[in-house]
Amino acid sequence: MTVDETQNLRPDKNHGIPDSTFVASHVQKTPDSVKTYWVARDELLPLLKELKPIYPMLFDLFGIDERHREKATGQPHADFTVVYHLLSFEKSAEIRIKISIVEPETVPSIVSIWPAANWYEREAWDMFGIVFEGHPNLRRILLPPLWEGHALRKEHPARATEMEPFSMSEELLDAEQEALLFRPEEWGMTQENEDSEFMFLNLGPNHPSVHGVFRIALQLDGEEIVDAVPDIGYHHRGAEKMGERQSWHSYIPYTDRIDYLGGVMNNLPYVMAVETLANITVPDRAKVIRIMLSELFRISSHLVFYGTFAQDVGQMSPVFYMFADRERLFGIVEAITGGRMHPAWFRIGGVAQDLPEGWDTMVREFIDSMPARLDHYEKMAMQNSILKRRTIGIGEYNTSEALEWGVTGPSLRATGLDWDLRKKRPYGGYDQFDFEVPTAHRGDCYDRAVVRIEEIRQSLRIIRQCVDNMPAGPYKSEHKLTTPPPKDRTLQDIETLIHHFLNVSWGPVVPAGEASVMVEATKGLNGYHLVSDGGTTSYRTRIRTPSFPHLQMIPLISRGLMIPDLIAIVASIDFVMADVDR
Amino acid sequence: MSEANLPFIGAILLTVVGGAAVLTWFERRLLGIWQDRYGPNRLGPFGILQVAADMLKLLTKHDWIPPFADRFVFVIAPTAIVISMLMAFAVVPFGPDHYLIDMNVGLLFFLAMSSLAVYSVMLGGLASNNKYALLGGLRAAAQMVSYEVFMGLSLMGVVMLSGSFSLVDIVEAQQDGWYFIPQFLGLYVFIIAGIAESHRLPFDLPEAEHELTAGFHTEYGGMKFTMFMLGEYCGLILLSCMITTLFFGGWLGPFFPPLVWFALKTFGFVCFFILLRAAIPRPRYDQLMALGWTVMLPITLINLVATGAIALWMNQA
Repeated sequence: MTVDETQNLRPDKNHGIPDSTFVASHVQKTPDSVKTYWVARDELLPLLKELKPIYPMLFDLFGIDERHREKATGQPHADFTVVYHLLSFEKSAEIRIKISIVEPETVPSIVSIWPAANWYEREAWDMFGIVFEGHPNLRRILLPPLWEGHALRKEHPARATEMEPFSMSEELLDAEQEALLFRPEEWGMTQENEDSEFMFLNLGPNHPSVHGVFRIALQLDGEEIVDAVPDIGYHHRGAEKMGERQSWHSYIPYTDRIDYLGGVMNNLPYVMAVETLANITVPDRAKVIRIMLSELFRISSHLVFYGTFAQDVGQMSPVFYMFADRERLFGIVEAITGGRMHPAWFRIGGVAQDLPEGWDTMVREFIDSMPARLDHYEKMAMQNSILKRRTIGIGEYNTSEALEWGVTGPSLRATGLDWDLRKKRPYGGYDQFDFEVPTAHRGDCYDRAVVRIEEIRQSLRIIRQCVDNMPAGPYKSEHKLTTPPPKDRTLQDIETLIHHFLNVSWGPVVPAGEASVMVEATKGLNGYHLVSDGGTTSYRTRIRTPSFPHLQMIPLISRGLMIPDLIAIVASIDFVMADVDR
Repeated sequence: MSEANLPFIGAILLTVVGGAAVLTWFERRLLGIWQDRYGPNRLGPFGILQVAADMLKLLTKHDWIPPFADRFVFVIAPTAIVISMLMAFAVVPFGPDHYLIDMNVGLLFFLAMSSLAVYSVMLGGLASNNKYALLGGLRAAAQMVSYEVFMGLSLMGVVMLSGSFSLVDIVEAQQDGWYFIPQFLGLYVFIIAGIAESHRLPFDLPEAEHELTAGFHTEYGGMKFTMFMLGEYCGLILLSCMITTLFFGGWLGPFFPPLVWFALKTFGFVCFFILLRAAIPRPRYDQLMALGWTVMLPITLINLVATGAIALWMNQA
């Protein structure tokens, strides 16, 4: 680092940090043009405090193991980096603050500034062993309590074949079970108060209404919830670690399985991040195809939400109608992509194939039939007075609480904030489309459903525009790093053949750098932060998922309510555990 | 009056228990039709042999008693609901000559038997020594004991009009007009209280699978679980029989023989209850209780006073 690289943050009016005397030790240039500043350890807390009024949301917080970096030029020396990714809603701007750690340094915890940092810091500790000083309860969050080592460190094996064969002995089983026991004292809970002794109930990890493997330890007074502790990690599959083993191309199917209801919508931020790193421009036809498929999957995901939402408040029938619709939708997806839930169909630089003949008739039939069916569902479910009574006024939070806790997507718009990434900072061609951003005002369970249902209608609108205006042209970029690369001239000159061979066998070599891209996914903002060290695989793949912070908020909105209310809240959040645990 | 003889008892038992068993299949088929799907349609004609397959499966399952449960109560609890529900059928008049016994307190006997069934759910929940079952048991106790009150009171209008507690007399008193017209308020309360008593969706709060996994019967499986289900379906049939008897003229009706009329009417109500299950979400437990004490109770009392006044006025005139 040199002196002239040192910049005062104040003159930079774009960020408008008021009266700041902070000096960024380093400004990092990234391909995604998000301003990235390195700051000294002791300046972190004061700086973040000052940034918070401008960037009210802690979008992401994660670590990077820098010890094996080869092309980390232009950044301070570090064993580990902690990245604070902040988001402004008024200006729709982002900023990244980074601090470097050389072991055994620690990092000050920012839980006092953003309560949402709690789980993120636990995750960074769990994965890298980075110690956050002042964290109220720094314990493992995704890995089992007795796990040895920190999984995302470079020295930690990524495959079972690199480890000793695993066997679960009787003693280990007992020890693991023992470690999973819920001990109220560890969470600052008392066993009783002056009038009653509390009951502690393990809701999950296997429970009909937790939508996967999710455990909430409840402190109950009768049926009233005094406090709750969500426990996640049962669905953790090391998706981020796999990113360091798979080629840039072969990681795409893994992204499908993050938000497993979102299908190709998950591919989008990932391929867009790779395209940003490799500086690939996507042709128009590919953009519109991507948007159409993504919106089809948004409808599919919201239909599942709609049905399970009604089901979780005890209405038996709607879910069957919605799954029938989703089945028809999968028919279209299957005709176009060949896959259903996880087509893994987007490619670096475009999509896998051109649209098949007759696709437009299928899509038109679907979007023509849906509005009437949605009206029918509205009458059946949303206007039902018992459903209303079960969900209106339950699990409320306001906009500022939502920002504080990192809530994004429909759950944020249900509080009245008219903020949709597709509108505010259109990506991938959304600026060409005409649609509205539905909002509601109470921010309760009912409103979260209302917003999603209206989003189905808006998605239908977007899809109709896609069908009506599908541009002609190539479905994949001509860029040399697209996968699989163009093949038509491989048999004419040897250079192209060699290039094609390498790009197919090893996969493309993406230039060093880092980029993060977020999209308005089905459940909120989904972002991929990719660090390339100039190799055939990603050096660090960070997946920021919307469901993770949403679950962290459950105790806040469920205190004082009853168990059935908690179920309504859980249903209205619309999460899938793969999206939380990755 | 028919003699209480063994073949007739056998016939009732067979019809009711067999009916309950077939109902498990019939309900799923009916729900399937309403929900745009098939339901069990593979085994035998229209899938009716599914009943046999289910029975075979349930009856041959490992009869497990959790080591932490209160063994004796745990085993006894499921039998209580079946016994009390079947007992109640003794007073149901299926036709002018087809009833086991015509008690002069038949209606009270029915109410007493359906109250006994509450014990089954409550004790099952408590004896399981499982937190979900406990919550289910507690809900059952509060819900069923409260709705018992309205259920009993809602029928008093019928008693006033017919002047008898005997179910046969009540049916015969409906020769000139079925009671669902003058007693529409009573019918309304009785249906709601009846669903709450038989703890079926939408009022299946003691069970509430989305909240309490399976509520009071979380720990039950195999034969003992079958007993709970059998009890529940017998309860459904009993409830439909009682609505028919008390409000829709029992066996009365033109052209067809009385037994057919009774069966038709009862069948209609069974379908109605299945439809309710398909259509309506589940209220919260405190909302259900509030509904009971703030809506059901006043309606019942108004019905009672109005019926009394009208009956008095009619008698004077």
